[in-house]
Amino acid sequence: MKTGIKNMKKEVRGQLITYGLVIGVFIIVQVMLSLGMISNLMQGLLVPLCTYSIVAVALNLCVGYLGELSLGHAGFMCVGAFSSAFFTKCTMTTGLNENVRFFLALLVGTLTAALFGYLIGIPVLRLRGDYLAIVTLAFGEIIKNVINVLYIGRDSAGFHFGMKDETSLGLGEDGEVLVNGAKGIMRTPHQSTFTIGVILLLISLFVCFQLVNSRSGRAIMAIRDNRIAAESVGIPITKYKLLAFTISAAIAGIGGVLYAHNLSTLTAQPANFGYNMSIMILVFVVLGGMGSFRGSVIAAVLLTMLPEILRGLADYRMLIYAIVLIAMMLFNWSPKLIEFRKKFIADVFKKKEKEAA
Amino acid sequence: MALLEVSNLSISFGGLRAVDNFSLNIEKNQLYGLIGPNGAGKTTVFNMLTGVYRPDEGIIRLDGQDLVGKKTIEINQAGIARTFQNIRLFGQQTVMDNVKIGLHNQYEYSTLTGILRLPKYHSMEKAMNEKAIDLLKVFELEDKADYLASNLPYGQQRKLEIARALATNPKLLLLDEPAAGMNPNETQELMDTIRFVRDNFDMTILLIEHDMRLVAGICEDLTVLNFGQVLAQGDTKTVLKNPEVIKAYLGE
Ligand SMILES: Nc1ncnc2c1ncn2[C@@H]1O[C@H](COP(=O)(O)OP(=O)(O)O)[C@@H](O)[C@H]1O
Ligand SMILES: [Mg+2]
Repeated sequence: MKTGIKNMKKEVRGQLITYGLVIGVFIIVQVMLSLGMISNLMQGLLVPLCTYSIVAVALNLCVGYLGELSLGHAGFMCVGAFSSAFFTKCTMTTGLNENVRFFLALLVGTLTAALFGYLIGIPVLRLRGDYLAIVTLAFGEIIKNVINVLYIGRDSAGFHFGMKDETSLGLGEDGEVLVNGAKGIMRTPHQSTFTIGVILLLISLFVCFQLVNSRSGRAIMAIRDNRIAAESVGIPITKYKLLAFTISAAIAGIGGVLYAHNLSTLTAQPANFGYNMSIMILVFVVLGGMGSFRGSVIAAVLLTMLPEILRGLADYRMLIYAIVLIAMMLFNWSPKLIEFRKKFIADVFKKKEKEAA
Repeated sequence: MALLEVSNLSISFGGLRAVDNFSLNIEKNQLYGLIGPNGAGKTTVFNMLTGVYRPDEGIIRLDGQDLVGKKTIEINQAGIARTFQNIRLFGQQTVMDNVKIGLHNQYEYSTLTGILRLPKYHSMEKAMNEKAIDLLKVFELEDKADYLASNLPYGQQRKLEIARALATNPKLLLLDEPAAGMNPNETQELMDTIRFVRDNFDMTILLIEHDMRLVAGICEDLTVLNFGQVLAQGDTKTVLKNPEVIKAYLGE
């Protein structure tokens, strides 16, 4: 029984370090903000940092724990972003409390992304490896492209949908275009703040950590490690694959909600919701270490900030960026360095425990 | 009524009739051996019994329940658990968690209960931990509960596979060459463990084995397969004296 307890402690410890890190950085940033030590440019990055961290955590659940390579997570982010922004746009004039509205928008974005994850997961999770990657990539692109030709308007008669242009909606005089094709959703309120971003990141981390350290999480990892053996001990494969994929999509949706409410105009472009974004998030996951949520967050933050920090170095910028990429890869993938890192952390903790005693 | 009734089981791969008209009855609490030269079709029989392959013909009944056409998962839930000739553990998880995955359907709580750490999570996890440690003790693996399964030495990996199979609370345990790759000492120890499992878990065991010493030592009855067909069947002593068996298998 002793072993079980020790095991649990290690698990809890890893989570606490991660939460502590996020909260610590949050406090430091708040202090620096109040002292005016953070440039406008950096301030503009704070919410995107949270967004990318959340989506990276979501993707890590799918790639690192379920073992399925998805290149469509920008698509789920896109679904979360547009469904929530649409909700916000629709309810702007209702006089509902702003915070309540944001909370509801968050629910709408998360649940819609979850629904898409579920529906896409049913056919896609039958595929393996490369095929799954290609098909999820296609789904991501389809979602983005459909949104680019989607027109939704509203007048006293109700909602009008179209796939052609604004005028074809045939809105009455009191009509208002809510979703305007490639021009997206315009004039939405800025409701995302760094604080909200950090809270959502913490919630996402919490859900993922608790999930992977539970009965369902073990089943998910069993499927990753050996599908045939998992079946032989009675694990329903499809159920847990879909579960993990849906939760992963839902969390990517949370990232999308945060992203959408940080902009006054939301458009679906290759740069924000295309496959480049999916691949960028995958880079965060791979460099941060498969199966390490903390690593995903650190990689997302470092790699998003780095180009900005290095701006002053002009020509050397991309060189240093590349060096950091390689260093992170070694740090997370070289067996010797992993061992060293683990020992180092264990030593630090032993010291602390001794001091405390 | 026998616990396992198999009759006229056949399967072909392409032109090859891997198992041909295979029949077998196993009584409850029996320790039964399935032997035969390499490629005889022994593992294929296991794969049909567990729903990995669907037989072309034949009947499989466990406790009277028809199993042909059922999925692997359903067959496990009906009461058949197995190990694999080429070990299949959950390598990136701990020894403890491997057994707890085996307990998946014995101790249930929902995903939401797990995420929110509701009281049921704690009580179920506690019960699972206790049960898992009990099982690990049977195989003297309790000291290694925190090890990654892939870091265990070979012999212990085989034992862990048996522990994990037992965790699913089966009526019938199928062991595919459990002593493969073990030295004589380990084999002896394993024999004792298998007997212990049979006696203490009130288990029925069908095992495939190459090691004649193990077969002669613990199996009460044997079926010998050769080129997919049953060559001999009956109590161990008689079968091992059968000249055909000696020619096909022992004499090679
Ligand atoms: N999935 C498969 N596809 C084609 N041939 C197979 C398959 N599974 C088994 N076989 C063939 O069936 C025969 C019996 O194999 P197997 O049951 O593994 O033998 P063993 O008695 O050594 O366990 C072998 O000739 C093998 O090549
Ligand atoms: Mg075999």
